[in-house]
Amino acid sequence: MKHPETQDHTSAPAAFSGGFAGWMEQRLPIFSAFRKEYVDFPMPRNLNWLWNFGAILVVVLLLMLATGTFLAMNYTPTSAEAFFSTEAIDRQLSGGWLLRGMHVTGASLFLAALYIHLFRGLYYGSYKAPRELLWLSGLVLLVMVMGTAFAGYVLPWGQMSYWGADVMTKAVGAIPVVGSALEHVLTGGDHLGDVFLHRVFVLHFIMAFLVVGVVGLHVACVHITKSGNPLGREPKGPQDTLPFHPYYTSKDLIGLIVFAMVFSALLFFWPGLLTEPANYAPADPLHTPADIEPEWYFLPFYGLLQSVPSKFGGLLAAASAILVLFALPWLDQSPVRSARFRPACRLGLAGLVMAFILLAAVGKHHATGEWMLIGRLAGLYYFGFFLVLLPLVSRREKAQLQAASPTTSEGDA
Amino acid sequence: MVRLSFTPALALLLSLPLTVRAAPPATEPEKAAPPHQTWSFDGPLGQFDQKSLQRGFTVYSQVCSACHGMRSVTYNDLSGIGLSRQALTDLAHAKQVPGPPDSMGQPTMRPGLPDDHLRSPFPNEAAAAAMMGGVAPPDQSRLAAIHPHGADWLYAFLTGYHMPPPPGAPVVPGKFYNDWADGHLVGMPPPLMNGAVQFADGTPATVAQQARDVTTFLVWASDPHRTTRHRVGLYVFAYLSGLLVLAIAWKRKIWNRAKTRTTQDADD
Repeated sequence: MKHPETQDHTSAPAAFSGGFAGWMEQRLPIFSAFRKEYVDFPMPRNLNWLWNFGAILVVVLLLMLATGTFLAMNYTPTSAEAFFSTEAIDRQLSGGWLLRGMHVTGASLFLAALYIHLFRGLYYGSYKAPRELLWLSGLVLLVMVMGTAFAGYVLPWGQMSYWGADVMTKAVGAIPVVGSALEHVLTGGDHLGDVFLHRVFVLHFIMAFLVVGVVGLHVACVHITKSGNPLGREPKGPQDTLPFHPYYTSKDLIGLIVFAMVFSALLFFWPGLLTEPANYAPADPLHTPADIEPEWYFLPFYGLLQSVPSKFGGLLAAASAILVLFALPWLDQSPVRSARFRPACRLGLAGLVMAFILLAAVGKHHATGEWMLIGRLAGLYYFGFFLVLLPLVSRREKAQLQAASPTTSEGDA
Repeated sequence: MVRLSFTPALALLLSLPLTVRAAPPATEPEKAAPPHQTWSFDGPLGQFDQKSLQRGFTVYSQVCSACHGMRSVTYNDLSGIGLSRQALTDLAHAKQVPGPPDSMGQPTMRPGLPDDHLRSPFPNEAAAAAMMGGVAPPDQSRLAAIHPHGADWLYAFLTGYHMPPPPGAPVVPGKFYNDWADGHLVGMPPPLMNGAVQFADGTPATVAQQARDVTTFLVWASDPHRTTRHRVGLYVFAYLSGLLVLAIAWKRKIWNRAKTRTTQDADD
């Protein structure tokens, strides 16, 4: 198959000159655009397996939309019926246990994949110029997905759903000035009932589709700036790249299948690892569970929330933990992207991961006793890494680079 | 340098009293885990024993259901323990459930249908609590899932009554001594007695046997599709393993080309 490549983008490439494809091409060039962005699209040759998670996230998102649509058809968003309609999905609806199992497993693994994807970006400096918007849109997605996940967890209206929502709405209420108004907008009344549940249901549904929109933006960004790579140096020419298809389609496929195996193992064999037993009891506003605990993916933020000795302060700390990531492209001024070539940064990042996991443990133990101290130290390190360590290290690196070769321009380490 | 800038903040942090926030209710000392039993449904590939499920249902319907509801389960669901369509229809039909109001607007009763949920013994939780000494017997739909160590605990609890209570144990009228109850006292009298039920398959109905079977049934009720889930999981895994082998082979073949790939052969 040899086609004379026309470089002129205004006329249709030869591949789409005749028939229906040619007719489409002159009106809406989706075939050639698809070919350009998903077949011939140049990808760096040296991507490792951490670059699989973008594709994995897209697939899980589609799975969530598909299963969620059918769950919504069988769900009743009222405080009297929500729990029992969920039970009916799990028990009586044909294949409902599988549908709901996929949605529940998908929610957990979506967040897991998202954290890995985010770490990949942190480690290889994917937030640096020219990929700032890519990073920012990804963070917007993180926030939206967290909101969607939280709303989704409320829907079954079990004990944890209810009391988790109770903690959350009260935390919102602790915001000075606007807090109580905001809380009222969320709850729609003085207690968590039908109005609240209905709002959460609609929010969950809408957010899911808004996420798809922002994913579109995120993917558009990566198609403009092209993919980063483990070395952090932009490919110098075609010798450093490979077309997306079939090279990365085949690699993504393997990643997807391995991910699907982890997914299936959790879904079919160890579902108890991802579900909270207390949520199998219907919501009871008169009976507070001994242990109110969010899903694992919120635990680090819950740890921060609890380590700070004031309700609003805790909320601020938890929110800042994500907000600080938005400033990252401007906090880290070093021209070196990849942590492979930044020993100090690499060490700091290992500490950051440690602090994140420690904060999750703190959240799990409700910051009691020595956990409170650990939580504060880990929280301090978390913010210290971004606000102190990274700016200092990057300034030093910049100075060293300039001392070594004053003429080198930015971008190449 | 970095460490220095941390120090004042650290001192400030450490000087804060550690118990500013209201501490959550002190967690009770970890209760001993009930002795582990071997269950056919345990583990990632566990399967329910249908014979045991059916005996367990006998115990449930003749003993437990007098006080405990199982409102999430329908009569139809009992096909999952091997009840025939006819048997479960008859079973549902033998129960009277509230029907639509008659032409005078008076409430009526109708025979149950397979789609009806298992009838709860009390009209509502308040009525249950009022009749049962202040505490409503918990619904059993998800009992085994909610309780830590569900199956082992249920078995230990059902076989853990002591009549009379051991010397020195507190005696409260209307409460019974059980090794595995909170504070060793529980309002439920010992529900199982040797020979109190008869199993259709002739298995001797000892307390231990009844406890074992009804535990199996309660675990099934809280996770009725477990056997199917495990079986489907195996098929999915077999399929994915085959797919993975093919995908690896395809990827290898393609990436071998990358080694010899020159810059301009962008197309095959």
